[in-house]
Amino acid sequence: MTRIVVVGGSTGGVRSVQALRRAGHDGDLVLVSDEQHLPYDRPPLSKDLLGLDSVGDPVPLLGQDEVDALQVDLRLGTRAVGLDPAARSLILERAGEVEQISYDVLVIATGVDARRLAGTADIAGVHVIRRLEDARALRSSMGPGRRAVVVGAGFIGAEFASAAADHEMAVTLVEAQSVPLAHILGPEVGAEVASVHVAHGADLLTDRTVASIESVDGRVNGVRLDDGTDLPADIVVVGIGASPATSWLEHSGLPVDHGIDCDEDLQVLGFPGVYAVGDIARWPHPAYDAPIRVEHWTSAGDQAQVMAAHVVGRPRPKPVLPYVWSDQYGHRIQIVGRPSEGEASTLHGSMATGDLVALYAAPDGRLVGALVVDDPRLLMRLRKAISAGTPASEAAQLLAATV
Amino acid sequence: MESAQMVERRFACNEGDLAPGESMTVPVEGPGTVAVAVYLTEEGAYFATADTCTHEDWSLGEDSDLEGNEIVCPLHMARFDIRSGEALCFPATIALATFEVVVDAGKVYVLG
Repeated sequence: MTRIVVVGGSTGGVRSVQALRRAGHDGDLVLVSDEQHLPYDRPPLSKDLLGLDSVGDPVPLLGQDEVDALQVDLRLGTRAVGLDPAARSLILERAGEVEQISYDVLVIATGVDARRLAGTADIAGVHVIRRLEDARALRSSMGPGRRAVVVGAGFIGAEFASAAADHEMAVTLVEAQSVPLAHILGPEVGAEVASVHVAHGADLLTDRTVASIESVDGRVNGVRLDDGTDLPADIVVVGIGASPATSWLEHSGLPVDHGIDCDEDLQVLGFPGVYAVGDIARWPHPAYDAPIRVEHWTSAGDQAQVMAAHVVGRPRPKPVLPYVWSDQYGHRIQIVGRPSEGEASTLHGSMATGDLVALYAAPDGRLVGALVVDDPRLLMRLRKAISAGTPASEAAQLLAATV
Repeated sequence: MESAQMVERRFACNEGDLAPGESMTVPVEGPGTVAVAVYLTEEGAYFATADTCTHEDWSLGEDSDLEGNEIVCPLHMARFDIRSGEALCFPATIALATFEVVVDAGKVYVLG
């Protein structure tokens, strides 16, 4: 009987065990998670869990009932520390005890770790948002009049800033780019999306980086910027991206390079029987020329289904377009496709009026991405247009018809 | 049609209100009823399912269009077969309830 071991207890790992059982795998199934909690959903950590009404309860991703029903051997508090693919052997560590387990099929879903500012690990009041403990610690430090400096005006920083506004905090966002999100959305759309911060009373400083984090008695009290500006701070939230959690694979021989290189079935290149799923996997998505690594919640589920189909010998499911959303100041920003594959060709509405739409055209004119605020039906129509290879100019008529 | 009339008939829309590929929602009408999404496929067939995505609270009839015989939830892209209610991809793992649709004298009704 085949024994499948899945490493990583978040979206990629949980979807993998669910997909494997649904696809018909009836052998042993082990899920290894380095967290102490039953698997929970990460998107709410920077949204509802920071809200005024939050009591810090996570949204479950895999409850004990489902663990039992799926007959998953769930090993919490357990970290993968090494891999010997030739021996099909995985080394685990739990509370200081090291154990070696064997597998027939291995699924690597260890995801990404939040990037931190160097030298801040021991300073109280400097936060990242990746795990439940992070969100709980941050939530407990939020309150009226408290001063927050947000380093990085990407989605994590933006969602925190939005929650902080609800808490009546004084917020300053510091962004290294001249326009937040410009590398993904382009300067024009990035500027429009980021305008919500200023509209809700936050300060937004662009083209600025952090020179140092100031602290007294081990607790943060300010941030010094590269231009010498001193920002007083009670808390600092760092949202400067994430790095694939691959350090445990250093001596495995796997093709690790800021992610793990996989084929179209998510099988690690050169390692039959070893798969990677989720934020950590770089794979040739059928819709794109070059392999991509996507840190989207939905991609983990899509990839888990592709992986599971290959493991049990079923046909590969049809490809799904990348999709991500962000909730900010009561608005839902939805992005489908890959805006970075094209240029913003149509801009309609605004954040202030809550009806922003941006279309992205590839050099050949095809619609390759869309950003839509608070209009899910339009988003779904644009999604179909992207799948169909519709010219962006033609898709723009959907706006005229529905907006 | 004797047996069908034993079940409550809920008016959804007039024939022609829905264009092919479109959907709509029949709201909750008092205790014991649920919101129902009604779909008209490109081929001209009506189907109906529970309106609320089984993953998270969101209306399928209000905010989405059909893709063939599939409806995709616009919140997290869960996909369902509208004929069987089957959940076709994550994050949905639970099927939608399905309802029978009848067209009578130019009016579209949902049974149940």
